[in-house]
Amino acid sequence: MWFYILRRLLYNVPVYLGIIFFMMLALRVNDPIWAFLGKNASREQYEAFAAKAGLDRPFLSQYARFLADLATLNFSAESWDQPGKSARDLLLAAIVPSLAITIPALILTSLVSIAIGLAAAHFRGRWVDRALMIAAVLGMSISVLVYIVLGQYFGAFWLKKHFGWSPFEIAGYEPGLSSWSTYCLLPVLISVAVAMGYDTRFYRAVMVEECGRDYITTARAKGAGAGKVLFVHMLKNAMIPIITNIMITLPFLIGGEILMEVYFNIPGMGRRLLTAIVAKDFPVVQVFTAMFAALFILTNILTDILYAIFDPRVRLS
Amino acid sequence: MNPASPSTPVLQVRHLSTCFKTAQGIVTAVDDVSFDLYPGETLGIVGESGCGKTVTSKSILRLLPEGQGFIKPGSEIWFGGVNLAAAGEKILRAIRGARIAMIFQEPMTALNPVFTIGWQIEEALQYHSKLPRRERRRRAVEMLRLVEIPNPEQRVKEYPHQLSGGMRQRVMIAIALCCEPDILIADEPTTALDVTIQAQILQLLEGLRRKLNTSVILITHNLGVVAQVCDRVLVMYAGRIVESGSVFDIFHRPQHPYTQALLQSLPRAGKKQPVETRPRRLPAIPGIVPSLLDLPRGCRFHDRCPCKQDRCAEEEPRLLEGPDAREVRCHYPIGPAPAAAERGA
Repeated sequence: MWFYILRRLLYNVPVYLGIIFFMMLALRVNDPIWAFLGKNASREQYEAFAAKAGLDRPFLSQYARFLADLATLNFSAESWDQPGKSARDLLLAAIVPSLAITIPALILTSLVSIAIGLAAAHFRGRWVDRALMIAAVLGMSISVLVYIVLGQYFGAFWLKKHFGWSPFEIAGYEPGLSSWSTYCLLPVLISVAVAMGYDTRFYRAVMVEECGRDYITTARAKGAGAGKVLFVHMLKNAMIPIITNIMITLPFLIGGEILMEVYFNIPGMGRRLLTAIVAKDFPVVQVFTAMFAALFILTNILTDILYAIFDPRVRLS
Repeated sequence: MNPASPSTPVLQVRHLSTCFKTAQGIVTAVDDVSFDLYPGETLGIVGESGCGKTVTSKSILRLLPEGQGFIKPGSEIWFGGVNLAAAGEKILRAIRGARIAMIFQEPMTALNPVFTIGWQIEEALQYHSKLPRRERRRRAVEMLRLVEIPNPEQRVKEYPHQLSGGMRQRVMIAIALCCEPDILIADEPTTALDVTIQAQILQLLEGLRRKLNTSVILITHNLGVVAQVCDRVLVMYAGRIVESGSVFDIFHRPQHPYTQALLQSLPRAGKKQPVETRPRRLPAIPGIVPSLLDLPRGCRFHDRCPCKQDRCAEEEPRLLEGPDAREVRCHYPIGPAPAAAERGA
């Protein structure tokens, strides 16, 4: 098992090196210094800036230096947009608010959709199943923006106006557990509602397929009740597609709740990256992109490890 | 065991009809099947694919796919004073695996791929016994040894994909027998295995049946298997029993033309036949099994029958009970006509 994990890690090293190489090339296609300083800057200003940021050196030397920084987790490159702050400061400040939304959203979405998927598969073809699937299709078909607008209107405005009760705020994020539900619960619920339609249908399809397998009949012939069949026999067999589905959404969730962060004014990773791109804050964009790439690769490795834990057949190959 | 023994049957199936809902309508896969199973005997159910053998066996344990297959009201399956055809899920669960166990055709897919062999044997014990965990593990090892799996202490920790097909079928047998059931239903247990393994599995089943005094219902389309291990045989065709009797009678004095045709289509090794009459090709039964959605009028076998007469296309024969505990469903049975004691429609 340890050997398997080590091998997975080693396989992904060249992949990561390649991603960083192309990312750094792509960020330099349009000169980032001119983009930041504007076209009216003088030659001297340009050269001074380049020397300070280390962009005057050959590309391979920059590449090696950035890799060394990544390897030592040294992100001290100064932000261009917010002088005095390093990329590291911005990253650390953004991680916690992001996770405060995405982790509860992921856990809640997975638990609820797996449960609904199991229920729909158990009652497949009957009215419970049909009603759940119609609801899922409806949920899937409505745009995320509709959920946000209606959620904000009713959650933050309508309740306050008519009942004097304001459980949710849509601006002025404050960190801390006590204020979590005020700022984060509504975006979490909206994320869950958006993701659930697709996930429920996916999990139902997975479970329905497992329902027809021979080992289910064997388990029933042994005297297993419906609960044992569903939650022990079927669920463990369905773990591979379930893990795949969760893991695919994981990096998007951590980096990608941009809409939620923007609409609810939560200073998370997605919003931070977006601000940096708009402000042409080159070092921050570079560090954030490298982090997102690392996140994707680590998720892939984690997925492979989880496969091996849940399915003994994967361990052999 | 003598099939005519006066002991009381362990299982009585009466007028069992099982239907399936399909897109084309309701199909009666098993139509008014009645039989008894006596303690310690091996009952063979033979017939072509789709004749209702497997559905009969799954009906007994009520393992039909939910929402699609159902047992018609009026069917009775008596076991230990309980009518399984009408019993609730709780009673069924207490019987499944503990008193009536089942093994399946495909050992490749019938075991759960993500649990160890040991876990899967212990699961049955967990439902039906109060043995503590360590005792269950010990019993699992013991069962694997009983089904002649080498190195059982090691094997309990392995997963199904690490075993061959024959080994997996042995594991299935170990699971089925670990609670010492009264009845073992074996649904084509050797079909997916190659011939040498088939013989080993059959020998094993036969030995265990003697050792544990279990009654066995063996479902197969392989007449060789039937001849080797069964005491009594039911021949099924298109959802109905067409003939039943002791294995000797069925093989040596078949009365139904279908049974006779089945026997004639068996290849025989080393049988002396005069050269000129030796057939060049193995005889086959002409035609195909009728679709259950579109059954012929009269006898279900009449359009393939070599000895059909006008009456066969008009009127469906009843199952006639003959001497020596034989039954045949034919207007013109081969050999001495059975006494005209009728049973059922």
